[in-house]
Amino acid sequence: MDIRMNRYELELYIAGQTPVSRRAVANLRKLCERDMPDACRMVVIDILERPAVAEEKKILATPTLIRAYPPPPCRIIGDMSDMEKVVFYLDMSAVETMPAPREGEKQ
Amino acid sequence: MKKTTDRPSLAKLPTHIPGFDLIAMGGLPKGRPTLVSGTSSTGKTVFAVQFLAAGIIESGQNGVFVTFEESPDDIRMNMISLGWDIAAWESEGKWAFVDASPQDDDEITAIGTFDLAALLVRVEHAVRQIGAERIVMDTLGSLFGRFTDRSAIRREILRILRSLKTMNVTALVTSERRDESGPLDRFGAETFVFDAVIILRNHLEDEKRRRTIEIFKYRGTTHHQGEYPFTIVPEEGIAVLSLAGMELKQQSGDIRITSGSQALDDICGGGFFRDSIVLVSGATGTGKTLMTTEFIQGGAGNGEKCLLFAFEESREQLFRNARGWGVDYERIEAEGKLRLVCEYPEVSGMEDRLIMMKKVIGTFKPDRVAVDSLSALERVSSVKGFREFVIGLTSFIKHQETAGLFTSTTPTLMGGESITEAHISTLTDSIILLRYVELYGEMRRGLTVLKMRGSQHAKNIFEFTIDGQGFHIGKPFHNISGILAGMPAAGAALQEVDRLDALFRSEERP
Repeated sequence: MDIRMNRYELELYIAGQTPVSRRAVANLRKLCERDMPDACRMVVIDILERPAVAEEKKILATPTLIRAYPPPPCRIIGDMSDMEKVVFYLDMSAVETMPAPREGEKQ
Repeated sequence: MKKTTDRPSLAKLPTHIPGFDLIAMGGLPKGRPTLVSGTSSTGKTVFAVQFLAAGIIESGQNGVFVTFEESPDDIRMNMISLGWDIAAWESEGKWAFVDASPQDDDEITAIGTFDLAALLVRVEHAVRQIGAERIVMDTLGSLFGRFTDRSAIRREILRILRSLKTMNVTALVTSERRDESGPLDRFGAETFVFDAVIILRNHLEDEKRRRTIEIFKYRGTTHHQGEYPFTIVPEEGIAVLSLAGMELKQQSGDIRITSGSQALDDICGGGFFRDSIVLVSGATGTGKTLMTTEFIQGGAGNGEKCLLFAFEESREQLFRNARGWGVDYERIEAEGKLRLVCEYPEVSGMEDRLIMMKKVIGTFKPDRVAVDSLSALERVSSVKGFREFVIGLTSFIKHQETAGLFTSTTPTLMGGESITEAHISTLTDSIILLRYVELYGEMRRGLTVLKMRGSQHAKNIFEFTIDGQGFHIGKPFHNISGILAGMPAAGAALQEVDRLDALFRSEERP
């Protein structure tokens, strides 16, 4: 397995353990852990527990996925039912075609 | 055995928006959502902000503002000119924004199903945090515009509204209409979820802008129907001119006050009533402004405070005219017994003018108010706007237990009546006519009291003259007919000498 040079930081905002939330978490986890391990760090934030964070980040819909890194930040909403689209909108497709970086650039 | 009257009636929350609670007969449905609809720039956001501001100022109720369109910074800045310091309220924990305005980074792309639970959570969080009793959502259309799945948005809005009901928060939701005749909401958000629907309008009427407010629907309660004009006053916000809220309950005392002329007092059966409005009608130059001057001098002479709204002449002209009749306005003003407000009729719209006049009357608290002349205002107003103005003004003056004297200019020299009179003659308590009387190539002046509510008065037409001391009422014209019609004619059967003799005879004819 190649060691990726790109590192993505993804924040997923959900509102409690609804079916939609669970689907979104599962879909994203699949992307991050199975398809691009090491290239992707994801954080799940339940806004029911942290409403002030929702206000600060101006989250409107749930689930909301924010690509916090690399800039510029961008966001998509929904249960991520179509991962191809997610990869496309977050501009993560570059990961797949990226040549292997030199050793030591991990992290 | 329960009667329907035992059911709890719909509780109303007074908005404290001036005039609005009168047409809503108490306020908005408490703990329930109300829709405010209007085309762009009809004042929806101002109405919404004022709903919260008035809550904070007047009844100590905190408010949450959910904005879907303008940024909180813009709203804070725009509302400063209306006298609302939102930032200060925020720091005091009385006001909270939920900023759902479009952000730079959220071109919203939806992949799969979603809901607006985050918005709901934020709204509930804000309401709880400051203990809000009022909430505004401004404006729905902007929210719909950002999502492609409109049915989802509609569903979510309903969910939020339901949630607010359970929290017992009174909600005001604004929505933009595309045009006046179109649906209330661009996206067909069902109006049935709202317990009340208010429509704001901004018409162009006879080249004048006219803002109106209408309570289109109010579930389960009565309200005043139709459109009411409103205006947005700097430093104060919206003020609704609610004729509907007026009741004919003004005091009607029998205290008499002097008209400023002993002879006229006699004709009127002892002077004007204190709580009455007198209309003085006459062609140009018949002495209306003079009568106003006498009215003020009479009041000031008794230590009363007088207020004169002049729409035809400047301060300097008024001073000069009064001096010409032996009245020193400057001295009376220096004594604090007189205030002159001179303005061109064109300066402001009727709604703004009425607000201004009420404010001056409210702060100066005069015993007498004179308006010279109403007809000058008539020419800058639509017929409807003028009528509403006059009704609003007369009722306000009467409620202050203040004596009023309005003048009205008739369009023709001889006889005639003006539109002004047609509108207000039934509202005024007394009408005095000043008319030119042409007799044998000479212009003379005649005065008659046409009507005097609640009192006997002389029915004759009196001749009067004007000189450096003011006006002097002489003897009644006799044996002349057609003065009011503008075509005086001497009685036919009399000889010339008899006629002249009869003309100024002091006694009544048998």
